[in-house]
Amino acid sequence: MNKHKTELMVGVFVVLTVAAVLLLALKVANQTMTSSGDTYQLYAKFDNIGGLKERSAVKVGGVTIGRVTDIHLDKEDYTPVVTLSISTDYEGFPETSSVSILTSGLLGEQYVGFQPGFSFDGIEELKDGDYLQDTKSALVLEDLIGQFLFNRGGSDSKNDE
Amino acid sequence: MNFFQQVGANTLARLTSIGRAALMLFGAIFAMPSLKNIPLTIRQVYVVGVQSLLIIVVSGLFIGMVMALQGYTILVGYGAEGSLGPMVALSLLRELGPVVTALLFAGRAGSALTAEIGLMKATEQLSSLEMMAVDPLRRVVAPRFWAGLFSMPALAMIFSAVGILGGHLVGVDWLGVDSGSYWSLMQSTVELQKDVINGVLKSLVFALVVTWIAIFKGYDSVPTSEGISKATTETVVFSSLAVLGLDFVLTALMFGIE
Repeated sequence: MNKHKTELMVGVFVVLTVAAVLLLALKVANQTMTSSGDTYQLYAKFDNIGGLKERSAVKVGGVTIGRVTDIHLDKEDYTPVVTLSISTDYEGFPETSSVSILTSGLLGEQYVGFQPGFSFDGIEELKDGDYLQDTKSALVLEDLIGQFLFNRGGSDSKNDE
Repeated sequence: MNFFQQVGANTLARLTSIGRAALMLFGAIFAMPSLKNIPLTIRQVYVVGVQSLLIIVVSGLFIGMVMALQGYTILVGYGAEGSLGPMVALSLLRELGPVVTALLFAGRAGSALTAEIGLMKATEQLSSLEMMAVDPLRRVVAPRFWAGLFSMPALAMIFSAVGILGGHLVGVDWLGVDSGSYWSLMQSTVELQKDVINGVLKSLVFALVVTWIAIFKGYDSVPTSEGISKATTETVVFSSLAVLGLDFVLTALMFGIE
């Protein structure tokens, strides 16, 4: 009887543990599809990537379709090259698509905004390993302020560009 | 000359004690494969794990609740009270879950293990087992070791889960943080590999260290009432210090280097 009770309580303990692990894995960590599923790679060259990091999201209209998996500097022209791993669920974007680095909220983290372009005859689809041609760099607040001050100074001397 | 002799004797005593501890651990680890020991191990999981459940659940609940309360008063000043979920979940999974569980475990179960094995030694039960050709490492030490190694990560997981639910209770139900942002920001911040698995690894290391120290201190205690009391105190002090020190090393290895 006593042994029976011990085994019962240990069983309850084990079930509680499994429940806790499931809660942590599914409800708290929430494995997303893009981190595990099959992906294909696209590359994009930016002038300035701002605060973009590896694992930043790639979004189309707010929906996450992939992640940034690598950021490195091109050895020839010294511009940053960003590798985007897009889930194979979302294939066949036209090659006129553009990417820009955006910020979620005023102080939020930066992500890659993906704008699918129009597709008509003669426009091919983006395939694994392609470079995106149309890119917009991150807005760097210091540059903006600098430009703003420069323009102000320029208009005073009636010499603005 | 006497001084050098003293230093030498101390060093040798330390080294042989480490050696004996390693031999005991070795014996305990390789005593696993006998099927007869599984009921004994289940019995020890009951003593070490199930009976620690109450203190773990209560402290997990209150630590989660207090963290939500403290975090809320600071975050609400920046209008960032939605980040309460990630804050509570990350601090529990990465640090508080494994560490507080290990400290409580050392106090609740480690001291009991030391006292039990120490008293077995003092009343010569261990020697009688040996007289009957039963290996005390296999019969007494190994089930306790494996039970501790299994129970502590399990308790740490329960601690973190209960703490996150406690944070939800205070943050969402009482203070009015949006339930959706509590969970969704938590989900987008917490990573299974980096946070959950690393937390389990941490508590596995703590389980090994705390159980090892507890069992060895009992097995190696001076078989008098004074010796057992000293061994029990040392178990709690040494395991707590070891857990806190190891926690820094493990954190630096897991999260410090990007």
